Amino acid sequence: MTDSFPPTTSAATPGSAPRLALRGISKRYPSVVANDAVDLTVQPGEIHALMGENGAGKSTLMKIVYGVTRPDAGTIHWQGEPVTIDSPAKARALGIGMVFQHFSLFETLTVAENIALALDHRAAPSTLDARINEVSERYGLPVDPKRLVHSMSVGERQRVEIVRCLLQAPQLLIMDEPTSVLTPQAVQTLFGTLRRLASEGVSILYISHKLDEIRQLCDTATVLRGGRLAGTATPRLEDDAGLARLMIGSELSPCQLPPKQPGEIMLELTNLNLPSSDPFGTHLQRVDLRVRRGEIVGIAGVSGNGQKELMAALSGECLSPDVGAVRIGGQPVGRLGPAARRRLGLGFVPEERLGRGAVPAMSLSDNALLTGAATAPAMLRHGLVSRRAARDFATGVIAAFNVKCGGESSIASSLSGGNLQKFIVGREVRLDPQVMVAAQPTWGVDVGASQMIRQALIELRNRDVAVLVVSEELDELFAICDRLVVIAQGRLSPSRTPAQTSVEEIGSWMSGGFIAAADAKQEVRDAAAA
Amino acid sequence: MSLDTWIAIFVSTVVAATPLIYAALGELVTEKAGVLNLGVEGMMLVGAVVGFIVGVNSGSLVLGYLAAMLAGVLMSLVFGVLTITLQANQVATGLALTLFGAGLSAFVGRSYAGQPIDGADALHIPLLSDLPVVGALLFQFNALVYGSIALFFAVQWFLSRSHAGLRLRAIGEAPSVSHAIGHPVQKTRYRAVMFGGACSGIAGAYLSTALTPMWVEGMSSGRGWIALALVVFATWKPLRVLLGAYLFGGVTVLQLYAQGFGLTVPSEFLSMLPYAATIVVLVIICRDPKTILLNQPASLGKGFHPDA
Repeated sequence: MTDSFPPTTSAATPGSAPRLALRGISKRYPSVVANDAVDLTVQPGEIHALMGENGAGKSTLMKIVYGVTRPDAGTIHWQGEPVTIDSPAKARALGIGMVFQHFSLFETLTVAENIALALDHRAAPSTLDARINEVSERYGLPVDPKRLVHSMSVGERQRVEIVRCLLQAPQLLIMDEPTSVLTPQAVQTLFGTLRRLASEGVSILYISHKLDEIRQLCDTATVLRGGRLAGTATPRLEDDAGLARLMIGSELSPCQLPPKQPGEIMLELTNLNLPSSDPFGTHLQRVDLRVRRGEIVGIAGVSGNGQKELMAALSGECLSPDVGAVRIGGQPVGRLGPAARRRLGLGFVPEERLGRGAVPAMSLSDNALLTGAATAPAMLRHGLVSRRAARDFATGVIAAFNVKCGGESSIASSLSGGNLQKFIVGREVRLDPQVMVAAQPTWGVDVGASQMIRQALIELRNRDVAVLVVSEELDELFAICDRLVVIAQGRLSPSRTPAQTSVEEIGSWMSGGFIAAADAKQEVRDAAAA
Repeated sequence: MSLDTWIAIFVSTVVAATPLIYAALGELVTEKAGVLNLGVEGMMLVGAVVGFIVGVNSGSLVLGYLAAMLAGVLMSLVFGVLTITLQANQVATGLALTLFGAGLSAFVGRSYAGQPIDGADALHIPLLSDLPVVGALLFQFNALVYGSIALFFAVQWFLSRSHAGLRLRAIGEAPSVSHAIGHPVQKTRYRAVMFGGACSGIAGAYLSTALTPMWVEGMSSGRGWIALALVVFATWKPLRVLLGAYLFGGVTVLQLYAQGFGLTVPSEFLSMLPYAATIVVLVIICRDPKTILLNQPASLGKGFHPDA
């Protein structure tokens, strides 16, 4: 814990005053206390980590600093002076810039237009382009001002966001989980840029829950837990376990993957080609994939490379023109819809838990009924719904997976992300699938619940179920998968066991490194066939 | 047909298209800010009756037009308060506004129904209006027709070139992001809705003082709805709105001529043609779903609350 900082300006000479000092910041929402008397101090030129699990109040605190939300109590000192930040424009005028985690660019506008929107004074397009180029060259962030944002990859978009901030010459840069969308190589490039900025005196507030990144990059860390200050630490001096203990308040046991001989092929994709109807989507090309009984296959990749389309093709939401391109248990299912595929033993955990995984406004038991009706005969008899069976089923899931909620009649949208995800995974597991497909099963889920979900997937595998996991978290995939493949630009790489490969190889594949080799091989094969 | 007939057809086309241009461009700006105001028909009717009454009683059409714009703005403010401040559903509120406008205009205009006035005069531009053919084709319209062309260029410039227009488009695209950057979402939406109201008001006044210089109950006869359809099928592009409006005007005039020639087709069928033709052509133009996705304001019809 840091010493309390006197809220007077007597000691605030320009050289010694911290760049930003928060004292006793509190923010309450009707159902939850997001921040409770939080203190935070950032020095000039410091890279300061703000750590915590999802729902720990990191985002709320940063919204308060950036003027998006106003605190109920507490004071903010900027360069030693007390300030009120009541709008983002005010924050920018002070010299605070923020790079948002998701979706803060306008997709249908160009890079230059996006940047012009964030500048408070009007800039002539010609000089703006020149300034964009200057900043992007200086910090190694190549962007083309004329391009439309929707045609850019996630990493490129992030560069646009950073350039947008840097054009305002900020003295404090807030980065909200910047690496969740980047390849390992791109992360190192980003760290280089951030270190350079810090060496020029810019303070950086780095929000993350990834421990290894924080230890690599940050000078100091402030940890939040349940909206309260859990402590401060020097990340370089701590190990992962120590930081994790601060973050979640208890110890974690690593996943165990007992050796196992995989059985027959249960899920098979053969030369699946699927053009996307979404102008911002990805076309799937020549996708081959085999998942056997008793193994977990992981698909790594940066989001937006075809994961969404692949999941739609597997679940049956999107039908394949070639009936044999998708097989479940040997049967061609390319033209079968989701309910028919479930009847063949498919369990499916979609990426969006509200809207696909569950109907937000319906109770947990109704949500159980909606997917269970296809495969659990007890819930649906002669076309009539058995409420009792659905209630019993939902209650069983809640108990088995320790879902924190008000009972089976709770509305799905009232659950926190992690608890709802536990419910959805539990529901799919207890429907007794033969093939389990899970997309981003632990995305935005706190460490404890993530652990439970991973363990549930491993137990399925141990029970001879074929499991397919799509994730952006490489650590997770290396921990629980028997085999790994990478998806990039709608193509699937060859598979590797975690022992055969490395984070570096997977990382280079994530930016498309395997495609040239695969194309060359295909040409040889085509030539041989001709 | 003689040259004079062709000139007459062209001139009538432009005259018939003008109210649609006003109403549709106003709605386009409103929708680009993410607000769907289905009350265009109602605002037009109120604009028509107010413009007519003020014009008759004051003897000045200019005053009538100003009053019509003001009436349109007041109507749109009712819509704005309900949907932007109070977060009412935009579709339902817009429909209610149309019903309200139709009833209100009929009530206010009871004693004026059927009374003719001197319509808006054609502007006489020295030299240009006296040119042979070209003068008759292009330089003998009333001021509102030229105003509609000017409005098109102004809207086009505003949306594609100005900083304020860029911010308006951004708000229609993603209000929460705009709010996070620090743009006043609600204020901009109010302004866009009021602009749409003023345009609908003047479109209505054009009907009652220029197209057919008299007040008749329900005289907009669905033009407000066509304007709404134009905006969608023109994929929110001002130039396509302009062309769509002229297409509608052209078919309106041609079917009148066809009726004059005594075709054996029922006149009801011919009266339907302009509506059908406009929609069919525009549907064909915008059948590519990507064009729609790229141009449709992503937050269209969705309310936004800064604290949520």
